[in-house]
Amino acid sequence: MNQSSDFEAPIIEIENMIEKLKSISDDKRDEVAGQIAELEERLARQRGEIYANLTPWQTVQVARHKNRPVLSDYIAMIYTDFVELHGDRRIADDRAIMGGFARIGKHDIMLIGHNKGKTVEENIERNFGQARPDGYRKALRLMKLAEKYGLPVVTFIDTSGAFPGLDAEERGQAEAIARNLTEMARLEVPIICVVTGEGGSGGALGIGVGDVILMLSNSVYSVISPEGCASILWRDGAYASQAAEALKLTANSLAEMGVVDEIIPEAGGAAHHNPKQTAAEVKKAVVKHLKRLKGWSPSRLTHRRFEKYSKMGFFTK
Amino acid sequence: MPWFIKPKERKRPEREDIWNRCPTCKAHVFKEDWHNNLNVCPRCNYHGKLTAYERIGLTLDSGTFREINETITPSDPLDFVDGKGRYRDKVEQTRAKTGLNESVVTGTGKIDGRPVVVAVMDFRFLGGSLGSGTGEKILLAANHAYDRRMPYIVFSASGGARMHEGILSLMQMAKTCAGVARLDERKVPYISVLTDPTTGGVSASYAMVGDVNIAEPGALIGFAGRRVIENTIKQKLPDNFQTAEYLLEHGFIDCIVDRKKMKITLGRILSFYNR
Ligand SMILES: [Zn+2]
Repeated sequence: MNQSSDFEAPIIEIENMIEKLKSISDDKRDEVAGQIAELEERLARQRGEIYANLTPWQTVQVARHKNRPVLSDYIAMIYTDFVELHGDRRIADDRAIMGGFARIGKHDIMLIGHNKGKTVEENIERNFGQARPDGYRKALRLMKLAEKYGLPVVTFIDTSGAFPGLDAEERGQAEAIARNLTEMARLEVPIICVVTGEGGSGGALGIGVGDVILMLSNSVYSVISPEGCASILWRDGAYASQAAEALKLTANSLAEMGVVDEIIPEAGGAAHHNPKQTAAEVKKAVVKHLKRLKGWSPSRLTHRRFEKYSKMGFFTK
Repeated sequence: MPWFIKPKERKRPEREDIWNRCPTCKAHVFKEDWHNNLNVCPRCNYHGKLTAYERIGLTLDSGTFREINETITPSDPLDFVDGKGRYRDKVEQTRAKTGLNESVVTGTGKIDGRPVVVAVMDFRFLGGSLGSGTGEKILLAANHAYDRRMPYIVFSASGGARMHEGILSLMQMAKTCAGVARLDERKVPYISVLTDPTTGGVSASYAMVGDVNIAEPGALIGFAGRRVIENTIKQKLPDNFQTAEYLLEHGFIDCIVDRKKMKITLGRILSFYNR
């Protein structure tokens, strides 16, 4: 059984009907073929309608969907020759962030991403993609290695946030994230960031400073979770839906504010309905920007990146 | 008001007016003594908050401060409304109450005759939160230091990001870090002074990446909130958790400096920069 949210119920219903028709014995297949085709058409239309009209809070549900593709899925679908590199050379190998050499199309890159799991076991091992300082320091080590080898860095962002734990604070969660922000600002190779699921605050930004920020259409990116925001500003976590609305955390809102450069469409309405085609779209976008940034000098890259971040924000003079 | 009201709620205006109660040791201290002691508790050395201008007065040579970019103020880019009302109304109330336009005051001045650029946060302005205007002012001050090769000193006092500005608040972390990162390129000193409290997005950006990180005694410094951590790990945290002393022990700050010695210490550190 798929875990799903209420707004997906009509989709599930049609899917189940199609499933049932398909299970009908072979001799009747011709009779139901027409019905199946009709239902599939309805399914596509229904999906299109539902995902085009999600509320911000519903989008958060899609971004967190348990079947949404994670980093390991993308590695399998769009990267080749992945060589995972472990450890921060200080204290540990944080499994919540994964990285290594990889190829995408004809491009050699350094891939770094939050590493959510698909099963309970995987998620325990990877701490649900919530990184400790060790994870951010591993990421930085790989970025510096990429700089040495002249490889562009591609980061995949999908975390509910940096891990709020005793050991994480003790080992300097704040310093680790801050260090990455300063180093990414001046890294002398291209950096392409893709928000693929949840962009959870500082934990996302810790690998999220780049020359171009891409975002899957049902991803979210926010300074605080809607639940957290609601419990502080509404004094009740139940106002998460209002908070999600107020925070303007969807791809469209972020593009309007100039925080996101390009939105990547999700095939089938949402990535978990068509991971393969969605991954192909991600690949297309990443490769396009790798081509665009290829050959840029370090000074051009860092200058433009500085200019980009200098412009972030709105205020009255 | 009935005479039998709970003692906690009983109003004692005369007493409140002249006394200040230390939040740490609970001692009652004459307000005048409290101020004369730079808002530091004479009994337990608790370092209370200072306004930005009070701190500037204590830190810079007298009469040397020149404010820059003082008109920058929030614009409510998200049209944000929460359970308590509109962000823009909150901003207007705060501006009226504090006389400040943003959560940070920036400018130039001198310490022991040495020119410096300073950014001083003020907790009274929306908890010292990091809004777009805050980020802009901290970046512009860094650029001022970069252009003129002047040492940059930032005093932080902040609860972290400003939720009312959503993702734009988060982006100020990257923006300010890009600004201070550029100082390395010209070998311009960057000193970060962390005061109570320096938490969340401010601790995870410019406040934690000084060439020298200085903290005031007892200052709360950390990334995640104590309650969030306790709820996550279901474990009691040490008493000194996320204090300046705890951070010193774990290697994230260089020294803890009493308020009375802050100016002398900054002057001494700057005296080692002779480029
Ligand atoms: Zn005291």
